Amino acid sequence: MNKIFTRWFTACFLILTVSISYAQEMGTLRFTFQHIANNQPIVLNDSSYVTPNGESYTIKKLRYYFSNFNLTGNPVLEDVHNYQLIDLAKKTSFDIPVVAGSYEQIGFLLGVDSIRNCSGAQDGALDPMNDMFWTWNTGYVVFKLDGSSPASSADRNRIEHHIGGFRFGQNVSTPLMFSWEKDNPLKIVSGKITEITIVLNLDQYWQSKESIWIAKEPVCTLPDALAKKIASNFPYLFKVVQTKIHEN
Amino acid sequence: MKIKPRILLTGIVLALIMGGAGLIQPTPKKLPVPPGWPQPNKNLLSKNPITEEGFQLGRKLFYDGNLSKDGFVSCASCHQQFAGFSTFDHDVSHGVNNTFTTRNAPSLANMAWLNAFHWDGGVNHIEVQAVSPITAHNEMGETLENVIQKLKTDPSYPPMFKAAFGNETINSQRLLKALAQFTLSLVSANSKYDQVKRGEKTFSNIEQKGYDIFLANCVACHKEPLFTDLSYRNNGQSLNRFNDVGRMGITGKKEDSLKFKVPSLRNIQVSYPYMHDGSIFSIPQVIDHYTSGIQKDQSTLDPLLKKDITITQRQKYELMYFLFTLTDSTFLKNPAFGMPPS
Repeated sequence: MNKIFTRWFTACFLILTVSISYAQEMGTLRFTFQHIANNQPIVLNDSSYVTPNGESYTIKKLRYYFSNFNLTGNPVLEDVHNYQLIDLAKKTSFDIPVVAGSYEQIGFLLGVDSIRNCSGAQDGALDPMNDMFWTWNTGYVVFKLDGSSPASSADRNRIEHHIGGFRFGQNVSTPLMFSWEKDNPLKIVSGKITEITIVLNLDQYWQSKESIWIAKEPVCTLPDALAKKIASNFPYLFKVVQTKIHEN
Repeated sequence: MKIKPRILLTGIVLALIMGGAGLIQPTPKKLPVPPGWPQPNKNLLSKNPITEEGFQLGRKLFYDGNLSKDGFVSCASCHQQFAGFSTFDHDVSHGVNNTFTTRNAPSLANMAWLNAFHWDGGVNHIEVQAVSPITAHNEMGETLENVIQKLKTDPSYPPMFKAAFGNETINSQRLLKALAQFTLSLVSANSKYDQVKRGEKTFSNIEQKGYDIFLANCVACHKEPLFTDLSYRNNGQSLNRFNDVGRMGITGKKEDSLKFKVPSLRNIQVSYPYMHDGSIFSIPQVIDHYTSGIQKDQSTLDPLLKKDITITQRQKYELMYFLFTLTDSTFLKNPAFGMPPS
C-alpha cells in the first residue's frame, strides 16, 4: 500500500515538475513595424506622398490597435490577452510573451474587441488619454490617419480618417493573420527574442479592395458605411517581411 | 475581558505587516437595492466595487472645478443636488468660456439600473461617461492629461487615491472609476411615492387620482419603479435648432430619428425645464404637449402617442400632484451627496 502511494506520489510530482518547467519556457515575440508609402518610409508632417489614385498628401498622425493574439502550432496557444497601440510618432514596436515552440500562424485583431468597448474605463493602451476613444458614442478608434491634401475639400485641406465602430453592423475591427510555412515555422526560443518585422504599406489603404479618394472622402469620423468601406482594405495593409531570432 | 498579551502582539504585528504591504482594504460600501426593485446592472458594478474611500474620492472629484479648463466648471455645476442633479432653471447648460451645450443636463438618480447614458444612449458605461463632459469644448473643455496633472499636484488627492485603490497612482482609469462610484451611489428611493409603496404613508385623494391618470396614460414608457423603461422614443417634438436627431446619431438608422431616452420622472418637480433640449419649462406644459402638442406627422413618432391622450384641466393638476410625490427630499438634501467639506 505504502509503495503504491509512494509511486503515485512520485508520478504526480514528476508530472507537476515537467508541467511547471514546461510552462516556464517562455520566449518573447517582438513585433516591429515599418510604415511605407510610395516605397518610401513615412515621415510625419514632412514628406508628401501620392495615393495610387494620384492624390498627393502628407501625414500627421498614424495610429492603430493590435490585440487578442493567438498562435497556432506546437504547442497551440490561444488568447494572449494583450492590447497594443502603434503610434508612428511614439511607438513602433512591442513585445508579447509566448510559450517556446514552433508556430505556423499568428492570429490577431486589428482593433479592439467589443467586450473592451463595453467594459468601462480601461488603462494602458486602451486609456482614453491615448486619443483613440470616442466620448460621445462610446468606442475605440481602430485606425487613425490624420493629414492634409490639396485634394481635400474639408476645412484646412485636412484628412481626418478615424476608423472605428464595434456595434453590430458597425464593426470595423478586423481579424487578421500572419502565416509561416510548415517546414519553416516561426520559432520562439526560451529566453530569446524572436522579432518579426511587419510593413504597413499605406498605398494599400487607399486602393486595394476598395478605392478611397481623398477628394470624395477626406473625413471619416463616424462608425458608418464609409468606415466599413475603408476598413475593407485593412486585410491588405500588413505584411511580414522578416523573421529573426536575436542571439542575445 | 482581558486579551492575552501574546495575541495582542501578534495582532499588532499582523496589522503592521498588512499595512506595510498595502493589504488594508478600502471599506466596501453596499449599493442599497430598494425592496421590490430589479437588480442593478452588473456590468457597471462588477469591475468597480463601491467602497467608502472610492465614493469619497468620487464625491470630491464631482465637486472639483479643477476638472475643467478654467477651474470653475465642475460636474456639480450642471448637476446640482437641489435640482435632482440637473441644471436648475436652465434649458441648456453653460460650459467654459461662456459656451452653451445643446442638450438639457439630465437629472441623476438610480444610474446603477441604467444600461446606457446620455439622451441618445451613446455612452455604454457610466465609467466612460465622464470623459465626454470633461473633454467637450462646450462643457469642461479640459484634457484628461491636464486633469491628472492637476490632481497629482494637489496634495489632498494622492492619499485619497491610495485609500481608494491601494497606492497613490493617479490615472484616468482610477479617476473615472472613482467618479462612477459616487454617481452609482446616487440612489433616490425615499419619495412619498416610495413611502406609500412601502405602506408607510397614503396618497391624498388628489394624488391618488393623479396616480390613476399616470397608470392609464404614462406608465407604459415611464415604468415603475425607475419611471423609465430605458427605451428610446420619439415623443412628438419637432427637430430643434441644433438639428438634434437623437438616437439616429448613434445607430445611423433612419428609424431612430428624433428618438431620445425616456427620462426618469423621479424628482421631476425640481428638475425643470424638461425634454432633451429643455424646451418645455413646466409640468402643465409637458402635459399639454402630450394632449395637444404632438407632431403627429412624424414617421418615427412612438406608436403609443399616435392615439390622442385626453386629460381634463382638472386631471392635469391631479397628475401634477402625483408627480410631486416623486420628489425625494432626503435624496435632494442628503449631505453625503453634497459638496464635501474642504
